[in-house]
Amino acid sequence: MNHRQPSGDAMIEWLHPALVLLLGAGLLPLLPSAVRKAWLVLVPLAGLGVIFSLSPGEFGRIEFLGMPLVTGRVDELSLVFAYVFGIILVIGMTFALHLKDTVQHVAALAYAGSALGAVLAGDLVTLYVFWELMVITSVWLIWRRGTDVSYLSGMRYLVIHALGGVLLLAGVIVYYQTTGSIAFDQIERSSVAFHLILVAFLINAAVPPLHAWLSDAYPEATITGAVFMSALTTKTAVYVLMRGYAGVEVLMWMGAIMTWYGVIYAVLANDIRRILAYHIISQVGYMVCAVGMGTTLALNGAAAHAFTHILYKALLFMGAGAVIYMTGKSKLSELGGLYRTMPWTFLLFMIGAVSISGFPLFSGFVSKTIIIEAAAVDGRGLVYLMLLTAGAGTFLSIGLKLAWFTFLDHDAGLRPREAPPHMLIAMGLAAAFCFLIGIVPGPLYALLPAPIDYDAWTLAHVLKELQLLLFTGLAFFLLLRFVGGKPKIALDVDWLYRGGGRRLTAAIRDRVQATNRSAREQFMAALVLWMARVKKRHGRDGKLARTWPTGSMAFWVAVLLASLLVFGIRQH
Amino acid sequence: MLGRWLEKLVAHGRVLSLILLGLMGALVLADILLPPDYVRFPWDGIGGFAAILGFAGCVFFIAVAKGLGTLLLYQNEDYYGEQHEHEPPPAERGRHD
Repeated sequence: MNHRQPSGDAMIEWLHPALVLLLGAGLLPLLPSAVRKAWLVLVPLAGLGVIFSLSPGEFGRIEFLGMPLVTGRVDELSLVFAYVFGIILVIGMTFALHLKDTVQHVAALAYAGSALGAVLAGDLVTLYVFWELMVITSVWLIWRRGTDVSYLSGMRYLVIHALGGVLLLAGVIVYYQTTGSIAFDQIERSSVAFHLILVAFLINAAVPPLHAWLSDAYPEATITGAVFMSALTTKTAVYVLMRGYAGVEVLMWMGAIMTWYGVIYAVLANDIRRILAYHIISQVGYMVCAVGMGTTLALNGAAAHAFTHILYKALLFMGAGAVIYMTGKSKLSELGGLYRTMPWTFLLFMIGAVSISGFPLFSGFVSKTIIIEAAAVDGRGLVYLMLLTAGAGTFLSIGLKLAWFTFLDHDAGLRPREAPPHMLIAMGLAAAFCFLIGIVPGPLYALLPAPIDYDAWTLAHVLKELQLLLFTGLAFFLLLRFVGGKPKIALDVDWLYRGGGRRLTAAIRDRVQATNRSAREQFMAALVLWMARVKKRHGRDGKLARTWPTGSMAFWVAVLLASLLVFGIRQH
Repeated sequence: MLGRWLEKLVAHGRVLSLILLGLMGALVLADILLPPDYVRFPWDGIGGFAAILGFAGCVFFIAVAKGLGTLLLYQNEDYYGEQHEHEPPPAERGRHD
């Protein structure tokens, strides 16, 4: 490792890519509007250039309150993520070029810069700072949609991530207290810090039941903002899990369940970007599962899948964004037949769809199968089957359901124009990556954290994958009338804090009130009855209170004497 | 231009799907005839296992999701009472008293 001191020379040699992007973001509003567009192309390209010039080592050391911070840890693992973050920033910014909203551009640049800062952070304090910065920059990509729903959704996003941030901070403090170090490496299970930091990471990785912020907020974000969000937050979480929690077995099961969870909710979803959002959860499940397995092959698979996932998921979000931008509609039940007027968007979207599904020739095939292979090599049959089946579910929701009901199927009567050129160029770039990685996976494999001995392109793999996906298609078309989008929403865990909890409390309150009321009423009724009885006996005309005639008194005396007589005789 | 190409493909959808079905049959046949590369799990030797898994998995996911949706999860779109546009919110929902 190349340890350098923050001397003047090193500062010049070492330029943090996050700094470039944050500076670029800061300067943007100050520029005249004529050059802003050029700036939006230049800054991401400059960032990408700096990222590609990074060489392994530890840079940017700062002393802060007696703690040694390492703002730039460049190694095989952080580089994979840094490269793809840089690439996706260029593509996403190209997609957003039509936008005149400076706030969004600043937010997107700063958000990407923070994500890079988090990935390159060599210590937990630096990580925490960039972690929080990601939240407060990305939330603007939701709010700038400008609707009431996006405002509320953004608030929920902010609150959940603030909670995650507090947990991370608490974890870092405990970690420092117990180990005396803030270095960010594999986290020891010895203290409570292990769990605090883990939960914070799991929130950002959208692991159920901590996932609902994602499927809630991403579909409400701006068309261009969702592209960045789909790429950065969850994948930063995958990176930190790989760094700190590799081989923690519970993650393997959480990940395997995630892959199914996303698939099942995607079948229910009607909003096109909500379907995609649930499939982020499903795809990140593969990566979390691989982190839990923790073998070299699995970790390589997680890194490779994160790389390809960012590209095809951004492509899918761009395709869906283009549809919403051109039609103003986002629900499957209102879309249909768009291939006629948006053929290029359709074609590029389909490249993303077959990539995420893992069709041979496309990127998902060469990355997802590494993780599945890792499960097989490890002899984990159940996980292997779960991951394989989730692949069928992915194709079902995105390659079939989403594509069919948006672009094909019945003609919904919409005649939008084709998406504007800069959008098609951005999508074309992402699609080119998806295709090239699919046919020539070598360069991607060379980037991975460890040397990899894996060949995706074997006859057995191709046969297996093709059978799996094509027969999924067969089942889809046989069940076509059940799978269309319904104008409904499907409740998820966020129900608890979106009124559901309030409703539950109100229902309990109502039940308690009703019980209380009926108990009081019964008691009062009993009391009234008793009062009436007392009144009958002791009231003015009651048996015991009325004036008695002398005759009756004589009668009672006679009874008394008679009884005395009887008992008296008996006693002797 | 691409649009016209797609129109043509869609017009020949029936032929295309027949070709695809033939291809699928060939794939399963190949899987049955070719010896498996490795036998790590009991199902590795079964020809066409992935085809069965894909079909059954798809049916399973649809059945589970729609079952859960119908029984438990589906609600009207205005369930949370949030408006997509700046409209006045509807009268407060969910008060039972």
